[in-house]
Amino acid sequence: MPLLEVDSLTVDYRARRGNIRAVDDLSFSLEKGETLGLVGESGSGKSTLGLSLIRLVPYPGVIVNGSIRIDGTDILNLSEEEMRLIRGRKVTYVFQDPMTSLNPVKKIGDHFVELIRTHESNISDEEALKRAKILLNDVGILPERINDYPHQFSGGMRQRIMIALAIALNPDLVIADEPTTALDVIVQAKILDLLKSLRDKYGMALILITHDLSIVLERCDKIIVMYAGHLIEYVNSTDLHRNPRHPYTQGLLRSIPNIELTDQKLEAIPGSPPDLLNPPKGCRFWPRCSYAMKICHTKEPPVIDVEHSHVVRCFLYGGA
Amino acid sequence: METRQSMLASVLPALASLTKRGLAGWITVIGSGMVISIVLMTLLAPWISPYNPSAINIGPRFCPPNGQFPLGTNHLGQDMLSRVFSGGSIMLQVAALSVVVCLVIGVPIGLLASYAGGNLDKVCSLVMDSVYAFPALVLAIAIAAILGTGVVNMALAIAVVYVPSYFRIIRSQVLTIKELLYTEAARATGAKGRTILLRYILPNVIPSIVVVATVNFADAILTAAGLTFVGLGVAKDIPDWGWDLTDGRALLPSGAWWVITFPGLMIVLLALGFTLIGEGLSELLHPRLEQ
Repeated sequence: MPLLEVDSLTVDYRARRGNIRAVDDLSFSLEKGETLGLVGESGSGKSTLGLSLIRLVPYPGVIVNGSIRIDGTDILNLSEEEMRLIRGRKVTYVFQDPMTSLNPVKKIGDHFVELIRTHESNISDEEALKRAKILLNDVGILPERINDYPHQFSGGMRQRIMIALAIALNPDLVIADEPTTALDVIVQAKILDLLKSLRDKYGMALILITHDLSIVLERCDKIIVMYAGHLIEYVNSTDLHRNPRHPYTQGLLRSIPNIELTDQKLEAIPGSPPDLLNPPKGCRFWPRCSYAMKICHTKEPPVIDVEHSHVVRCFLYGGA
Repeated sequence: METRQSMLASVLPALASLTKRGLAGWITVIGSGMVISIVLMTLLAPWISPYNPSAINIGPRFCPPNGQFPLGTNHLGQDMLSRVFSGGSIMLQVAALSVVVCLVIGVPIGLLASYAGGNLDKVCSLVMDSVYAFPALVLAIAIAAILGTGVVNMALAIAVVYVPSYFRIIRSQVLTIKELLYTEAARATGAKGRTILLRYILPNVIPSIVVVATVNFADAILTAAGLTFVGLGVAKDIPDWGWDLTDGRALLPSGAWWVITFPGLMIVLLALGFTLIGEGLSELLHPRLEQ
């Protein structure tokens, strides 16, 4: 049984100006210890998808359809209290901006004590602090700094602390939402390597949400490419790199700079993502697609499995 | 006695270190100095007063300031210096009590309503805003007139008037903080609503509460003086700057300026002291312009 099974998940934002379908009929699954990359532009629904996995979609977002099964239990049927016990223990979330993710008035150690004691109330403060020191050591922060306040750390260090907090209770799944976007390139690579090594050490599954296809290509087992709320391609990263099927994924891959090809002009995908209040009829990508056919203007392409679990949402591969 | 000494020993260096933080630090220190001196003066009044402040015919009536009566005497022949020394007692008690009541009522309501949001927040905001819309002194007089005289009733009347300022400040802060990432992160790690409210939101609101409380203290002093001035204070045989204002106003046309001047000055200095602390602290705790 897979650790995480998401089935036809649909999330709406009921805004005053109209209904926005941020995640549309999306299905995937994740095994224990696997890393999944979730790639898409801003507004493609990747963070909404991430947050719905811990049922914290911000107001006015509503999960309208589908199921999210963690270890076989559909979390959409759990009470708020049962859900609270899952957050932080089974599934944890690392947010994008490390600068504001820690409570400025609490020492680093207190963050750990509170988290650990929320879920394991029989553990003493000293015991929790002892565990916190081991965790800090794991993420490369000097354990002696446990009594420092968040403002005494740099952005990269704070993100390491956030990661230490995320793995503190040995969760089965860590969702990292653009964990390195606010950091510079060198720190970025270090944080991603850290996540990978922790995943190997603790055997947890990892979902890496990012807009940067290049960083997930080398670090993830599977990749979901999202566009305007739709899953448009879902395949293991090797096949995605070697043989991208969807025109959008192909465009994304061509827009990654390559230092070996100095003469090559970088290709960009023309246009910009659609307004989700009035998404284009048919395929959501057709206005920007150079392969667009007549049917793309009128009908939404179905999700098709082109070859052993290489899933694409495009009429170029059938379904018309 | 020992604890009092250690308190002083910890307060003084703290104040001294504030002076290193620029103008705002100095303003806070000067304000605290004024408040502390007036509080000490009031506490020590029984020992430093040359005469019994309530005793009449201590000296001649309407005696202008001179060597024997440095601040003169009033129409009952009471010594004004002794009355100035002890006249702040009621006012300080009322102000302190009203601030405590405000904190006890305003802070929990503000935190809960704005954290919960929805209808609770709407109803509380509506009630608080309607109270806030009244002129403070007029409302306090009306409430004090209903409740009657006495320290507790004055404090309650003042508290009702000032609870909305706490509510509004706390609400605006909570609405900001509850959307911040660290609260979101706490929620994402399974923290209870109570934990988020008490450990994440409250500590980050406290600086603002402290500032509101000091400003509230200044306003409470003035309102307490106002209540006593219109006769809603404490009994007349207790020395009080507010009463001296009432008497002094009637005596002013006859040329006895000293009866109203010195108690009035004390009220101004006390309120000014608290206002300076509030201004200084708000500058220190919420630096707007980094230098």
